[in-house]
Amino acid sequence: MISDLFTAQVIIGMLASGIRLATPYLYAAIGETFGQRSGVLNLGVDGIMLLGAYAAFYAVFTTGNLLFGLLAALAVGGLMGLAMAFISVTLQAEQGISGIGIYLFGLGMSDLLFQITLGSVETVSGFRPVRIPVLSDIPALGDIFFSHNLLVYGAYALVPVAWFILNRTTIGLKIKAVGENPEAADSLGVSVAGVRYATVTFGSMLSGLAGASLSIALLNVFQQNMTAGLGFIAVALVYFGGWRPVGVLFGALLFSTVQALQNWVQTLGIPIPSEVAVMMPYVLTIVVLVFAVQRVGQPAALTKVYERGE
Amino acid sequence: MLKTIARHPYLSRLLDALLPLLATLAALGVGAIMLFLLGANPVEAYTALLEGAFGSQNALADTVVKATPLLLVGLGICIAFRGGVINIGGEGQLIAGAISGTYVGLSFPEQPATVVVPLAMLAGFFAGAIWGGIPGLLKAYYGVNEILSTIMMNQIAVQIMNYLLRGPLIDPEQLTRASRIPETARLARSFDLPRLVPTRLHLGALIAVVLAFLVYVFLWRTTIGYRIRAVGLNPDASKYAGIQVKRYIVLSLLLSGAFAGLAGAIQVYGVHHFMFTDGSAAGFTGSAGFNGIVAALFGKLHPVGTIPASFIFGALLVGANSLQRAMQVPSALITALNGLVVVFVVSSELWSRRIARLRQTGAGAEVDAALLADEFDDDSRAEPVSEVNL
Repeated sequence: MISDLFTAQVIIGMLASGIRLATPYLYAAIGETFGQRSGVLNLGVDGIMLLGAYAAFYAVFTTGNLLFGLLAALAVGGLMGLAMAFISVTLQAEQGISGIGIYLFGLGMSDLLFQITLGSVETVSGFRPVRIPVLSDIPALGDIFFSHNLLVYGAYALVPVAWFILNRTTIGLKIKAVGENPEAADSLGVSVAGVRYATVTFGSMLSGLAGASLSIALLNVFQQNMTAGLGFIAVALVYFGGWRPVGVLFGALLFSTVQALQNWVQTLGIPIPSEVAVMMPYVLTIVVLVFAVQRVGQPAALTKVYERGE
Repeated sequence: MLKTIARHPYLSRLLDALLPLLATLAALGVGAIMLFLLGANPVEAYTALLEGAFGSQNALADTVVKATPLLLVGLGICIAFRGGVINIGGEGQLIAGAISGTYVGLSFPEQPATVVVPLAMLAGFFAGAIWGGIPGLLKAYYGVNEILSTIMMNQIAVQIMNYLLRGPLIDPEQLTRASRIPETARLARSFDLPRLVPTRLHLGALIAVVLAFLVYVFLWRTTIGYRIRAVGLNPDASKYAGIQVKRYIVLSLLLSGAFAGLAGAIQVYGVHHFMFTDGSAAGFTGSAGFNGIVAALFGKLHPVGTIPASFIFGALLVGANSLQRAMQVPSALITALNGLVVVFVVSSELWSRRIARLRQTGAGAEVDAALLADEFDDDSRAEPVSEVNL
């Protein structure tokens, strides 16, 4: 039975789905990277993803227009980001706990809206696979890398863009300065609060998009708590990736491949309790954190409130 | 305005104590808007809430029963936050405690309750301690952020619970019925925690209140408690003072988990008398692992203050349930409202810190002074959590 896992077709299918399943992790974790680099831990990612997923799904369900779906997810994510920034930057609330509040709000609110407006599980026709000319005809590799929908490509394109912004632009320099040494950044005229508002809002917009990638591209349904803690893993991936977009990419791929493997194991009917399969990513996260954290230090001002000395 | 009040010795304390309450009212204000948009009359809704929480002897008893796990989890949170660690793992620790407690009860159905029930409580206490101690060890010796590890431990506990309740621990009779929610068999009736008055109020509530005073004594009147607080206030200074900082980090999380685990066992023996799962954590815990954090913050991270705080928060939850039934709005509204209350209460800490600072203007090295003093003022509390290096 184990040998069923190793036919060429199965392996190609598994790797392709590994590439595809990394999408929500990538959007959410790259977004969170910006916030954390500037010193803000947003633990509400999972709740924001749920709201983004709902908003995108509902927009597509009612209008049939995928663009509206994306815009709705971005708008809802942005609003939640502004709220999180207001709470953690202006009101200086403890980030670990206020994030849980945001999560609970998103969890309840998305379910509430779902029950009021939809009532039952519906499906939409979401983003369809776009086969990239020429490249998608390469045997094996074409199916693995070049036959996905636009949101999948977008997620991977985000990695170099995020790297460029953080490492090659003045904006990136300001973000890192605010996250490492807010006093120094402030004395040089950088608005600490302004930068943090911007990164948290931008990051949450990406979290909204991460939700949309589930509800209108990968699964094409909306269900209560459909993220099932994926947003929390995304937060952990930022630590795992050492606060670097490329590191986050490797983490996302590791998790999505494990997830794809576990889906295949279950479809093939290999007798592992489903609970064990669902548990594995979380166990893996803890193991991975043990090794990741020792390698690189976190932004010095992460979770620390900045207040100007009078 | 704030300045004038803050300088006044009694008014400032009163305002400080009332802040979480004001924050909750503000959250309910936002809730009123949501209710209005849902087409429900907010005044009727909140009347239903108050009646549901305080309207009768039974309602009051339900409120206290609901407050009991919040208080127990909250006591653990007081220890953790005073020790400078953030325990978001109450949900998982509570589940670990509930499973272990249930297992003990199911294993010895014929033995006397005077032996089995205390044993089950201990099992819950220790299971929670293990579930909290693991993130503690990982933080102290491997630098793993405890916020993340405790969240992951929550998810792992939920899956273990689902596995055990769908398989090894499932009620044998359930296999013949076609019930959707997996559950264990009912524990022997002799194991039920005694009722205090002819309502649902059980002995667990009394245990929790007694423990609150014991935790106070532990934190402020023993050397170990003093060291936990010292590590929370200033880990570097504690290290210079010769305190084994790592050990106390583990101990804080371990004890914090133990109280949540005990809460789980008490929920089983006092309220449900069996265990069940709807697949999520909240199905069994009712989010008590998260809400206990809010109760502790509400109580200003003081074990005794957490008693009335848990009562108020329990009332809110019981009342919200009657609100939901009376107004026929989806129960998801309660989760959303719960989130709003968390956010508002945490945010209100800002004013709490401002009041404390205004009161202490001139007192420079507060932390050092607090460490030197045997008994320190509660207001230097606001710092440890935000100061600790995650």
